Amino acid sequence: MSDKRNDNLRAFSTGLKDGIPIALGYFAVSFALGIAAKNIGMNAIQSFFMSLGMVASAGEFAAITLISASAGIIEMIATSLIINLRYFLMSCSMTQKLSQKTSFFHRFLIAYCMTDEIFALSVSVDGFLNPFFTYGIACISVSGWCLGTVLGVLVGNIIPNWIASSLGIAVYGMFIAIVIPAAKKDRFTALLILISMLSSWVFSLIPLLKDISSGFQIIILTIIIAGIAAFIKPVDSSEES
Amino acid sequence: MSSITIALIVITLTIYSIRLLPFVFLKKPIKNRWFRSFLYYVPYVTLSLMTFPSIIHATGNLAGGLLAFVIGLVVAYCTENLFAVAICCCLISLLCNYFLI
Repeated sequence: MSDKRNDNLRAFSTGLKDGIPIALGYFAVSFALGIAAKNIGMNAIQSFFMSLGMVASAGEFAAITLISASAGIIEMIATSLIINLRYFLMSCSMTQKLSQKTSFFHRFLIAYCMTDEIFALSVSVDGFLNPFFTYGIACISVSGWCLGTVLGVLVGNIIPNWIASSLGIAVYGMFIAIVIPAAKKDRFTALLILISMLSSWVFSLIPLLKDISSGFQIIILTIIIAGIAAFIKPVDSSEES
Repeated sequence: MSSITIALIVITLTIYSIRLLPFVFLKKPIKNRWFRSFLYYVPYVTLSLMTFPSIIHATGNLAGGLLAFVIGLVVAYCTENLFAVAICCCLISLLCNYFLI
């Protein structure tokens, strides 16, 4: 039992450490979010709970827009569903990283942690996920996320914009650091990564396609590309674990 | 309750439900080979889609974003270290934004 506790503690502290780049990137993005929230009349407490509860960048920007437009409840739910639907896919993928013994309690908590970045890190571990690794990442990165939002509301005009926006790139650096090692190991994955980047680039250039919201672009392209990849080269159970 | 509070509660619950649903219904390993493979590829595809070309526009400076992307790729290939890559990207975009804007 104490062995297990040690394992959990180690997983948690690894998560705290690996989550630092996420916290950094989150801080920058949520700082901008805080400024936007202040502009529509939200106070520091409201924006703190918004960030703590939603933990979603595009989702929160949409929430701010909806609130400022005094949207109805149905419109709020519908818009949030569409913009955040990619989390559904990520959660589906995540369920396969959990051992069957994982309790409901842990499933409820892990569900809360499913942001793009925390998902990316959690899914990149070998074998089954120790939930405490995800909690470590979530603790530090959600702190950065909430702190950035509140500071954005309170002192948004003090930090120069170019510094805040420079830090926002940290999350993309992290994504690169997750996909590249996988590309090195397997040429098919490398090809898949290349095709994905090219197709989202093409989507961003072509009229009509580029008007699709970014959340939907991700869903459409993920289903098409990962769907075809799974058809061309199905993975064996041994490969996945 | 103010209308902002109600809106925050409604949207928070909506987003959490989206994240929670799969964890409630997909408790067993998926048997279907295609679907299992699909879910295996999802993270790599999604992360790549989100990275490019967004990274280039992330800092408000195209040249800086592109440079950070290329250096990030190289550092990731050589070190496979998450923190090193993230910090390199930040430093490059800070420098580029400082000198170019």
